[in-house]
Amino acid sequence: MKILVCLKQILDPDIPPRDFAIDRDNRRAARGSANLVTNIFCENALETALQLREKAEGEITALTFGPSSAEDVLRKALALKADHACLVEDEAGEYRNSATTALVLAAAIRKLGEFDLIMVGREAGDWGAGQTGGLLAEQLGLPSVSFVDSIEATADGVTLRRQTELGWEKVEATTPLVVTITNNDENVPRIPKTRDIMMSARKPVTNWKLSDIDVTCDDITAAGTALEVVDLAIPEKTTECEFIEGDSIDEKIDAFAKRLASIVQSA
Amino acid sequence: MKNIIVCLMPGATFDKPTAGLLAAARGLQPQLTIIVPGIVSDDTTAALAGQADNVICASDDGLDEYQPEIVLGVLQSVCSDLNPDIVLLSNDTYSQEIAPRLAGRLGGVSAGDAQSLSLDGDNLRITRSVYGGKAIATVELRATPAVVWVRAHSFAGLDAKDAPGTIEQRSITVEGDAAKHLGATNIVERHAESSGEVRLEDAAVIVSGGRGLGGPEPFEQLKDLADAMKAQQAASRAACDAGWVPPHWQVGQTGKKVAPELYVAIAISGASQHLMGIADAKVITAINTDADAPIFKHCQFGLVEDYKAVVGPLTEKLKTLLS
Ligand SMILES: Cc1cc2nc3c(=O)[nH]c(=O)nc-3n(C[C@H](O)[C@H](O)[C@H](O)COP(=O)(O)OP(=O)(O)OC[C@H]3O[C@@H](n4cnc5c(N)ncnc54)[C@H](O)[C@@H]3O)c2cc1C
Ligand SMILES: Nc1ncnc2c1ncn2[C@@H]1O[C@H](COP(=O)(O)O)[C@@H](O)[C@H]1O
Repeated sequence: MKILVCLKQILDPDIPPRDFAIDRDNRRAARGSANLVTNIFCENALETALQLREKAEGEITALTFGPSSAEDVLRKALALKADHACLVEDEAGEYRNSATTALVLAAAIRKLGEFDLIMVGREAGDWGAGQTGGLLAEQLGLPSVSFVDSIEATADGVTLRRQTELGWEKVEATTPLVVTITNNDENVPRIPKTRDIMMSARKPVTNWKLSDIDVTCDDITAAGTALEVVDLAIPEKTTECEFIEGDSIDEKIDAFAKRLASIVQSA
Repeated sequence: MKNIIVCLMPGATFDKPTAGLLAAARGLQPQLTIIVPGIVSDDTTAALAGQADNVICASDDGLDEYQPEIVLGVLQSVCSDLNPDIVLLSNDTYSQEIAPRLAGRLGGVSAGDAQSLSLDGDNLRITRSVYGGKAIATVELRATPAVVWVRAHSFAGLDAKDAPGTIEQRSITVEGDAAKHLGATNIVERHAESSGEVRLEDAAVIVSGGRGLGGPEPFEQLKDLADAMKAQQAASRAACDAGWVPPHWQVGQTGKKVAPELYVAIAISGASQHLMGIADAKVITAINTDADAPIFKHCQFGLVEDYKAVVGPLTEKLKTLLS
């Protein structure tokens, strides 16, 4: 099975709100001292791909679109034993919306060859768009299934389990197919070994510019203006928390219970 | 005037999210068309007609239940015919799955999780939480159609219009380009589970647990507490990822968006992504050993204690108080 995993580099989503600042003019987060990391759902996707490769033979290609720093997410994927890696470099180094990203990823995938499974995360932890998977499927002219959390290879395709708001569904699908991956307890990303991290630095990475995949500035501009962030702000929210006091823990629990009970009674 | 279409999913009923979605649409302008692919009851159709000018029940042979490629094909066929400027969908799994693909097929642009909608001249503007809830963005959609799924629960439903709209049955045969992937995917089993009798989104009281609980067993203890309060149980992503509770218990950016009267967060730190799921809760309270945990910044009141020392006696006290 040939698997392609799309990985996005994002600003560390775990930075505390007090360290989070906005670059208002450019309507994006200020980098500040935050690290750049691989989006968690992309890591879940890579983990799902690695497990699939352990059961069914295959090859994994990692693909990212971003500034040159995005090579780091590919190095990490290589350290986890992805077979190939490809960076499409965005010289402008800006935030790109899902429409632009899907266009670029699709062009890169067409040039990379044929894949049975194309895996993306359900959403990126920075803009949380959750659109790239579906748009990519349409760009490539493929069917897709979203919110998948595990995959098994079958004789003529794959069997997927995907999450719904009420539980889960089993989906049978033919390949080629695009899937968006969500988290569960089985695809928690593994940690690369130190030795593999060192080895990954020497592995080759295909490095393309947009011109290498025949994406023009006009294409980028058209997709970019179709969806534009016109304002970005940090929401104000302060609630003064009243900490329950008491001379003993029993007294505190008593006071707490009464507060809870009065709300429950009027709920 | 904009040509606004609301697309529901097969089996849709006139429930709270549907009412919220339609209120969001009517907030843009009073005129709209609703498309319901598949089979819906007469009662639902009548209730929908009370909210719109036109309800189109579009069915294809074989469209009894949701299947992505058929629903997409049906919506593509109907939308190509109606030429909408704006297509709005709800926030269920299926709508989220369909939105970008429908936009892709209709040559439009898509976005998700809209918390408010407005028209700026010719264009649709939405606001949505970004950076895991740390910021809020206003996004303008400039291609047609703008296909958007809306955080439907957050909108209050509106009364029916004075004159109900028309109801039209359309039998659709998905063919040509719209039919290209029919049969490629097939949902063969559907499993509905829940953390209690009520959907989390509709729960009045929620008792939620996090990584600080340290394992699956304490969730059993929290069940007694939840029962005493007639509450539903939920969890943080960390607890779900650990496999202590099922994924659909997850509350937050990528979990459920809940709106209870009372949300009790036990051993949950209050990461911004978790808080995104409880923005609509009336009262938030927490039990946490760390007085500096971010969750307390969103609590009206809170208890700084080890949950282990609290949950047992608290449950007993609440049983008495609430009996
Ligand atoms: C893109 C993205 C999407 C995400 N979506 C979600 C989402 O939908 N929902 C979600 O929840 N998270 C989500 N997260 C993860 C989120 O950032 C946090 O990692 C997660 O919410 C942490 O869960 P937690 O609070 O249970 O664990 P922790 O942050 O580890 O907190 C545990 C807390 O327990 C307390 N504690 C420990 N022991 C005790 C004790 N004995 N008694 C009382 N308190 C104790 C600690 O003081 C601490 O505050 C997302 C992250 C990303 C990047
Ligand atoms: N610049 C990118 N490079 C590679 N993959 C991406 C990029 N942007 C988005 N994706 C993929 O699309 C998923 C969803 O992103 P989004 O639609 O932006 O929320 C991510 O988890 C990635 O798998």
